[in-house]
Amino acid sequence: MSGTALDPRTAPTFPMAALTAMGDTQLRKNVRHATDVIQAKRARVVNEMPDWQALRESGKQIRQHTMEHLDYYLEEFEKNCTAAGGVVHWARDAAEARQIIVTLVKGLGATEVIKIKSMTTEEIQLNTALEAAGVHAYETDLAELIIQLGHDQPSHIVVPALHKNRQQIREIFKREMNLPELGESPQDLADAARTFLREKFLRVKTGVSGANFLIAETGGVCVVESEGNGRMCLTLPETLITVAGIDKVVPRFADLEVLLQLLPRSATGERMNPYNSVWTGVDVNGDGPKAFHVILMDNARTEILGDLEGRQTLNCIRCGACQNACPVYRQTGGHAYGSVYAGPIGAILTPQLQQMHHSQSLPYASSLCGACYEVCPVKINIPEVLIHLRNKVVKQNGMLNPEALAMRMMGIIFKSEGKFRAAQRLGRMAEAPLVRKDGRGQGWIGWLPGLLGGWTQVRDLQSMPEETFRDWWEKRESSKKQGVPRG
Amino acid sequence: MSRQISGRPVLRVSLFITCYNDTLFPNTGKAVVRVLERLGHTVDFPAGQTCCGQMHWNTGYQAEALPLLSRFVEQFRGAEAVVVPSSSCVAMMRDHYPKMAEELADVKLKAEVAELLPNVYEFSEFLTKRLGLEDVGAYYPHRVTYHASCHGLRNLGLGDGPQRLLKAVRGIDLVEIAGLEQCCGFGGTFAVKNAEVSSAMLAEKTTAILNTKAEACTACDNSCLMHIQGALHRQRTGVQTVHLAEILAGDEVGA
Repeated sequence: MSGTALDPRTAPTFPMAALTAMGDTQLRKNVRHATDVIQAKRARVVNEMPDWQALRESGKQIRQHTMEHLDYYLEEFEKNCTAAGGVVHWARDAAEARQIIVTLVKGLGATEVIKIKSMTTEEIQLNTALEAAGVHAYETDLAELIIQLGHDQPSHIVVPALHKNRQQIREIFKREMNLPELGESPQDLADAARTFLREKFLRVKTGVSGANFLIAETGGVCVVESEGNGRMCLTLPETLITVAGIDKVVPRFADLEVLLQLLPRSATGERMNPYNSVWTGVDVNGDGPKAFHVILMDNARTEILGDLEGRQTLNCIRCGACQNACPVYRQTGGHAYGSVYAGPIGAILTPQLQQMHHSQSLPYASSLCGACYEVCPVKINIPEVLIHLRNKVVKQNGMLNPEALAMRMMGIIFKSEGKFRAAQRLGRMAEAPLVRKDGRGQGWIGWLPGLLGGWTQVRDLQSMPEETFRDWWEKRESSKKQGVPRG
Repeated sequence: MSRQISGRPVLRVSLFITCYNDTLFPNTGKAVVRVLERLGHTVDFPAGQTCCGQMHWNTGYQAEALPLLSRFVEQFRGAEAVVVPSSSCVAMMRDHYPKMAEELADVKLKAEVAELLPNVYEFSEFLTKRLGLEDVGAYYPHRVTYHASCHGLRNLGLGDGPQRLLKAVRGIDLVEIAGLEQCCGFGGTFAVKNAEVSSAMLAEKTTAILNTKAEACTACDNSCLMHIQGALHRQRTGVQTVHLAEILAGDEVGA
């Protein structure tokens, strides 16, 4: 993967990108291994919860309620955050969000910032914008650091470097930190990262974070993490800048009681996150940053909110459980989705964030197996949204392409028994030149043309039998009538 | 007065064979008829039936799927029980028909769908949940592994119903597959639209099947099986696929 940021506007289609990803044996092994490990951990801590399904329902209700009253809760958050000494900014899109942050940082005269892992900053390609303004951003989350030093891109929303294994990480650290003697134990790698980062924590005066939750009731912001590096970024700098999608708001502090049970168990298979930080504004006389800014970013979220069937996408709390459970993601890893939001949630979120102008292949990047819906802690019916978005894509594509014509023809055929029977007969005639008999007299097709060629790449197709079920049934009924009546 | 078989009512079962079973897998339909009649029930086959609309609906062709809802209701209106040897078609009906009727803004159709749906059963589900059976008197002396289709497992919640039916089959050597809940990669048009990924998923599934050393892989869905069989045949593994109904239809007379 190159250093070019994942951008849905320029990404290849999913089938094309998947082909590239699937050629990488090491990546596939790493993704399979990592998702298996996380899934097993998740299953263990979910199964020990007797009220897990009730918790999921509560989580769904909280998120759904919030989305139905999003305007109210956002304004409440703004009021309470401002009262606590925070400065709230509103950004219509990614460009506005970037501009606000760059202006704030430049205004401080800063040339460096330290960052907490944030997919929202990845979504808006903040680091590139900061770099262009002469500001270097240091990623401090271990996985994001690996991605940054490796000139790579995140492939998972919780575990961005999931596609790299220990040996590959060691190579990156050796090269980028100039540590030719670095060992490959987790301890060695963590020590190297710690030494590298500590100096930045102490030196850099500006922190940039995302948010897991914005609490309307208190104006507080919540970030959860595993390493404590986030806590460093939240407490050591003089200025803290948080950027969050407007979907991150929750009504009450007490809602965290539900969400902070659902999130860690679903995300990392932990009972609770090792570090749970909630801060409200600033304390000018006390500890922590003396200035706090929060950018509330729309970036197509209100468009999604306006679509009743797509709206549940915004309920996502970014746990990544759907990615770990997805059999498609398991084969391709995250980069194939051409967006920082990969896997099933990415397949529904990315095209909607692009307002259906890009990423039209993503809603089809699913076998609709439902594993994502089953593990989603807030019960987002991802298959339902995928189908809804497929319908949008079909409408965009019009009816004059081969697939649409075939589908329309099938639609007409299914409307009449006579036409259906004729199509069955026609199918049998049409396939005849392609059929070869095996030793038992069974016919097989090893090659199909056009759209159906995908089938015969790795599969044969059994030929159509001489008699359909309905033919058999009719014969049976008529012979029954002619023969001895039953009963 | 309803007739009874050893204390249980005799049901008139309406078979919805599904478009692809009708066309490609008539033996599954024959097997369903054989099992139900052997249990003493009567079977009818509404002749005007075609397709449930799943392929269109799931691929995004909602406009083409909608008329198939009214067609299904016309054909099966008033049925005592509708039996369907395909979990994914039943899932299509349960998960989407109520919403489709809503979309059509047809109050009468909506009421009819609500009345009909509780009587629609996937084949194994009809046996285990409606009839409360496990042993249907079958004989099948082969080593078999069961593939749980995603729609049966997750959308219908079939649980271990199909395995309980299989365990009661005389002569069977039932072996569990690794990664039972893992999708085989069929996914309808996914199999051709994302042929490469579908193939990779299929490779994991066929590996798991071959590891069981089974002679046959069975499931409640011929759609998954067609996809699995396609690869098992391409690789000349000699392993067969067979719909659950065909195993349950096996008896010592026919064996």
